[in-house]
Amino acid sequence: MRGFSLFNIVALTFGFAFLYLPIMLLVIYSFNENDLVTVWTGFSFKWYGEMFANRGFREAAWVTIRVALVSATVATVLGTLAAVTLVRARVFFGRTLFTGMVYTPLVMPEVITGISLLLFFVNFDIERGMGTLMIAHITFTMAFATVVISSRLIDFDMSLEEAAMDLGCGRFEAFLRVTLPNVAPAVAAAWFLSLALSLDDVVVSQFVNGPGSTTLPIKVLSSVRLGVSPEINALSATLIGMVTSAVIVATIIQKTRSVREA
Amino acid sequence: MMARLGGLFKRLPILIPFLWLLIFFLTPFFIVLQISFAEFQYGQPPYVPNFRKVAGLGDFIDQLRMMTTYSYSILLDDSLYWKAFLSSLRIAAVATFFALLIGYPLAYGMARAPRSIQPILLMAVILPFWTSYLIRIYAWKAILQKNGFLNQLLTQIGVITEPLTLLSTPFAVYLGIIYTYLPFMVLPVYSSLEKIDPSYGEAARDLGASGFTTFWRVTVPLSLPGVIAGCFLVFIPAMGEWVIPDLLGGSGTLMIGKQLATELFNNNDWPVAAAVAVCMIVVLILPIVVFQRVQERDQLRRQEGG
Repeated sequence: MRGFSLFNIVALTFGFAFLYLPIMLLVIYSFNENDLVTVWTGFSFKWYGEMFANRGFREAAWVTIRVALVSATVATVLGTLAAVTLVRARVFFGRTLFTGMVYTPLVMPEVITGISLLLFFVNFDIERGMGTLMIAHITFTMAFATVVISSRLIDFDMSLEEAAMDLGCGRFEAFLRVTLPNVAPAVAAAWFLSLALSLDDVVVSQFVNGPGSTTLPIKVLSSVRLGVSPEINALSATLIGMVTSAVIVATIIQKTRSVREA
Repeated sequence: MMARLGGLFKRLPILIPFLWLLIFFLTPFFIVLQISFAEFQYGQPPYVPNFRKVAGLGDFIDQLRMMTTYSYSILLDDSLYWKAFLSSLRIAAVATFFALLIGYPLAYGMARAPRSIQPILLMAVILPFWTSYLIRIYAWKAILQKNGFLNQLLTQIGVITEPLTLLSTPFAVYLGIIYTYLPFMVLPVYSSLEKIDPSYGEAARDLGASGFTTFWRVTVPLSLPGVIAGCFLVFIPAMGEWVIPDLLGGSGTLMIGKQLATELFNNNDWPVAAAVAVCMIVVLILPIVVFQRVQERDQLRRQEGG
C-alpha cells in the first residue's frame, strides 16, 4: 500500500505547487529591476539596496525583534507551567476554565483578541507601546507553546521523575534535572514557534501598538494596502529566506540530537 | 527547604499562567461586554477614550444599571451587519470545504509516501505557515492584479484577450483564505491518516472490498477526528478574517471582522465595535467549545493509551 501511486503523485504535486508557487514568484520577482512588480526586465539587487536604506523599515524591524524575543521567552515559560498543570493535575478547581482559557486563543479570531486587549488597555489607562505589544503577544502565543510542550509531556514517562524522587531528589529538583531535559526539544520548538508567531503578527499588533511602536508587519500592511511594490517584495524575500534557513537549521539540530540519543 | 520549595512549586505552575490568563484574556472580554452597552461619546480614541471607564467591580455593577442597548439596536437596524455576518459564515464555510478538498488528498499522499521522506513532506507543509501570513496574502495580490501573473499567463496561452478582474472580488478572498489556512487542514488530517494501521486496509482488501470502498469505508471514517479538527481550525479563524478581505476583497466583500475594524479604526465608534465583537463571540462560542471538547478528549485518550 505504501509508495507512490499516480493519484498520490498528482495530489502531492498539485498541493505543493499551490503552496509554493505564489511564494516562489514573489521571491523571483524581488530581483526584478523594473518598477512594475509583474513585468520582468532584468536581474538586479536594487530593491534590496533600497530596502536596507529605508530607515522606517530598520526601526520597525528593531521593535519587532525586541518584542518577539521577550514575548517568546515569557510565553515559553508560562506555556511550560501551563502544560505541566494540564498534563499532571487532572482534577483541580477551575480546570475547565483554565483549559478553556489555554486553548481558546488557538482558534479565537485575532480581531476579537485585538479589540479586547485594546479596550482593556484603554480602560485601565495603560499607555500603548512596546509593553502592551509584548503583553498581547505573550497572551496569544502562550496557547501555542502550551500545546507543543504538553504533547511532549504526555509521552514522558513519569516513573523517571518518580525514580529521581525515590533517589532523594526534591520534586522541584527532579523536574529540573530529569523532566525538563527530556522535554527540552519541545520547549525549544515552542520558543521558536512563539517567536515566529510574534514576529509575524499583524492583526493583534495593529490593535494594541502605540505611536512609537510600529512593527515591521504593521508597516508592511500599510504599504501593501496601497498596492504591490518591489521594495516590499525584497523585504518579503529577505524574511522568507531568514525563516526558511532558521527552520532548516532547527530541524537539523533536532535530527542530530535524536540520532545521538538513539 | 526542598520540601517547602516543593510545596510552593506544586501551586506556582498553576497560579502564574492562570492569573495571567485571567487578567489578560478573560477580563478584557468583560470590558468588551461592558463597553458594548456603553453610550457613544465623541472623542479622539487614540488618546482619550470615548466611553466611560470601569473603575472596579462596584462601578461595573453601577454601569450595568445604566447600560444602553443602543449599539445593539444599531446592529439590528442596519442590514449591513446582518449581511456581513451571513457573508462571513458563507465565505468561511465554502473556504473550509475547499481547503478540505485540496488538503485531504495532499495529506493522504503524504501519509502514503515512503516513511523516509515523510518528515521532509511534513516540513514542506509547515514551512509556508512559518513564512509570514501577510507576505503570503501579499503574494496573491501580484498574481491576481490586472497586469498580474495569472492574467499574463491566460493572455499568453490565448484563453482570454482582455485581462480579467480577479483582485477585489469574492473569488480572491476565497483563494486567500484557502491558501492561508491550508496547512491547518493538512496537518491534523495527516496526523490521523498516518496513525491508521495499514493492516486494516489490507484486511478490507482481503475481504473483497475494492480500492475505493476500502478508502471510503475504512480510511475516511478513521481519519474523521483529523478532518473535524482541521475544519474547526480553518472555519473559526476564517470567520473573523480582517486582513484577507481588506487586502484581496475590496469594498464589495463584506466580512464581519473587517466591519469591526472599520468601526474601530475609521468610524471611531468603539461601543458598536465592541457590540460586533460580542456578537462574533456569541456565534463562535459553540464551535469553539466543541473544538475544545474534541481536543481534550483526544488528549485524555492519548494519556490513557500511552
